[in-house]
Amino acid sequence: MKTVTLKINGLEVSAREGASVLDAARAAGFDIPTLCSHEELEPAGVCRFCMVEITRGTKSRLVASCVYPVENGLEVQTESDRVKKIRRMLIELLLPVAPSGPIGALAKRYGVEKSRFELDNPGQAPANCSLCGLCVRYCEQIGGGDAVGFLGRGVSRKVALMPDKGDECVFCRKCYSICNSGRFVEMAEVFPDQP
Amino acid sequence: MKKLKSVVELKQFREELLAERKGIKKSIAVCEGTGCHAYKSSAVADAFEKELKQRGLDAGIAVRRTGCHGFCERGPMAKIFPQKIFYFQVKPEDVAEIVESTLLSDKLVERLLFFDEKTGKRCACQDEIPFYKLQDQVVFGNNFLISPKHIEDYMAAGGYSALARALSTMTPLDVLEEVKKSGLRGRGGGGFPAGLKWDTTRNAPGEPKYVIVNADEGDPGAYMDRSLLEGNPHSVLEGLMLGAYAVGSNQGFIYVRQEYSIAIENLPIAIEQAKQLGLLGENILGTGFSFDVTIHQGAGAFVSGESSALMSAIEGRVGEPRPKYIRTAVRGLWDKPSNLNNVETWANVPLIINNGSDWFRSLGTQGSKGTKIFSLVGKVKCTGLVEVPMGVTLRQIVYDIGGGIRNDRKFKAVQTGGPSGGCIPEQYLDLPVDFDELSKVGSMMGSGGLIVMDEDTCMVDVAKYFTNFLAQESCGKCVPCREGLRQMKRILQNITRGKGAEADLNTLEELGAFMKEASLCALGQTAANPVLSTLRYFRNEYEAHVLHGQCPARVCRDLIVFYIDPLKCTACGTCRKQCPTDAISGDKKLVHIIDQEKCIKCGTCFQVCPARFSAVSRLPGGPAPAPVAYGTTVVQKAKGESR
Repeated sequence: MKTVTLKINGLEVSAREGASVLDAARAAGFDIPTLCSHEELEPAGVCRFCMVEITRGTKSRLVASCVYPVENGLEVQTESDRVKKIRRMLIELLLPVAPSGPIGALAKRYGVEKSRFELDNPGQAPANCSLCGLCVRYCEQIGGGDAVGFLGRGVSRKVALMPDKGDECVFCRKCYSICNSGRFVEMAEVFPDQP
Repeated sequence: MKKLKSVVELKQFREELLAERKGIKKSIAVCEGTGCHAYKSSAVADAFEKELKQRGLDAGIAVRRTGCHGFCERGPMAKIFPQKIFYFQVKPEDVAEIVESTLLSDKLVERLLFFDEKTGKRCACQDEIPFYKLQDQVVFGNNFLISPKHIEDYMAAGGYSALARALSTMTPLDVLEEVKKSGLRGRGGGGFPAGLKWDTTRNAPGEPKYVIVNADEGDPGAYMDRSLLEGNPHSVLEGLMLGAYAVGSNQGFIYVRQEYSIAIENLPIAIEQAKQLGLLGENILGTGFSFDVTIHQGAGAFVSGESSALMSAIEGRVGEPRPKYIRTAVRGLWDKPSNLNNVETWANVPLIINNGSDWFRSLGTQGSKGTKIFSLVGKVKCTGLVEVPMGVTLRQIVYDIGGGIRNDRKFKAVQTGGPSGGCIPEQYLDLPVDFDELSKVGSMMGSGGLIVMDEDTCMVDVAKYFTNFLAQESCGKCVPCREGLRQMKRILQNITRGKGAEADLNTLEELGAFMKEASLCALGQTAANPVLSTLRYFRNEYEAHVLHGQCPARVCRDLIVFYIDPLKCTACGTCRKQCPTDAISGDKKLVHIIDQEKCIKCGTCFQVCPARFSAVSRLPGGPAPAPVAYGTTVVQKAKGESR
């Protein structure tokens, strides 16, 4: 197995070639927050919480560490000011949408007291879903049923139980437990009981 | 059609074609592009065919049903060869006269010619019409000569000679080097050097390699790729084959929007005819090179124009971008090296191979070579597709080619680059149009949309339009793009409704910078451009909305008010009778008054108040001046108006 050496927050770390920066950082004990990452699933790179600052030579930029492969000589900052600024904005944006679940704890960690943002309509109830897609991807990649999917696109995107796919559901109920915000238990009430 | 087995046979075929056509001295090219087609140009072409047949002239005068001629606003168009006389807004009833006058006795049909407002004269030939005079139609010009349903037309115009040349006298590396040297940059958005991309695919590990045409043009108001694909599909195919040869690919895809019905009709015909001639398939022209191409119809998602999303869609999955720290040129379709270029980029390739990279480099600017086709739309007098060398200024495009602003209103901005682009103000009208200059002022070339806006356009409203478009068309996968757009949309809505605050402007800027840095794909990374560029150049308009509750362009309905000037009102009653909500009260000889509570700001009163009175004014913001007491008699007297 080939290994790669890189620097994370100043600490020299070696990692398996092809591993993600996120995995390498976590293995070295750095706590990078994520919503859409799960050890059993392929990385998706959609929640953007895992963004880190990488430097090669004099150039630095932000990348999603869950999908960025480790490289020799790479310098990674997991909590730079630039990174924190991104995470704070992500928190502010998700607070009105998915106030339950992990966003509250993240807000505390990054010192976000309140969000400047609101839902489209006053009095609208939050969907409590950050659209991280863990349920959809689990069903697709492991559950095998495609019973959970996304509907719509853009700001209309939502997670839904696919009406015609109900008979493909294997009732593993992993979508219940994998959900970050407990949204799934509510939604799954419409699902038929296990045969 | 017999299969051409060698380059020599191809040359012979072309010579035979040209010999056959020698007897045809005159021809009429009737545009059947989407614009003219909608104006029923097919009926005009039918009429020409019928008329010529009846007069027994059909052997010597050819009727060609071609693709787009560019001046779409004045369709249906017919161009008469060899004089290059242009007739506009031709109806089937005009055909007999055109045949009689122009084709038989070299006389012009004056009323169908272009009228130049500036000189007060009519222009007959292409070179005299300002709209065409300043163009350099190197890519688009063949549209006049070719019926897209007949490969013979393309061959007669020199088609597939670049392919023959490349396959017989150049190595794949020679082709690649020529394209690299030409400096051709991608015409689809980012302007990435095509040769470098090809090189990446060529050198990337993995077989097979793919070449793909991106015909998912989705910017509102832009249709140059559509017109090229409809009017000259073989030029795109030939370019694609040259690219395939250069990068070592034997399979191509054309990803075309399902909405492009004429392109979808013409493309399979073009492919079938190329196959029959042996220009597609196994062992092309006996050179050992094999290539096949498949059409994939897109289901109409704007985001599918993004390279990784487009490839996902061809694979049969949802057309959503994926994080690509490894480029699609290296790992694209089915994880194989895949070279994607847009329609116009591919159509440039045969020209480069035929004329050489030096010729191509002689057109354009230092960093942007060649020509670019723009879709010139909005508040200009002459709208349509224009092809100009890179480096022409915006002023030349808007004023010389486009004829200036409609109704002689004042120019305000030109929006370039589609929803990912930005609005460029008057101070930059002399900017030479090329990839880098447009980026410097916060916009981009994009695929070549140019939307001209006049003083009656509210820039906050424009930003809101594009933001709403993107909020619907984003895939919604990553948080920065989806939630960022959701909030931008909400904030802009509030501002246009008079519910904005000064702090909102900073929030918009902060959100824009964040989306640029944190979004997953190019759509999200550029989605804030409409907001950021309008904030940069038209901040005063935003401030007028949030600080003073005024819309300076008098567009935002929640802010503007209508008011009847008691000194000008003649009590003619026109506005009162036409007001849809009965918000106007008044009577004979009494000054009319608008009830602001009932007014829905539809603007009917403003439009119907006779110009000689101009008593109704549209104010940028409220409150309206206090109305006079009901019962006040008018000062002015209306003459001849019904009471």
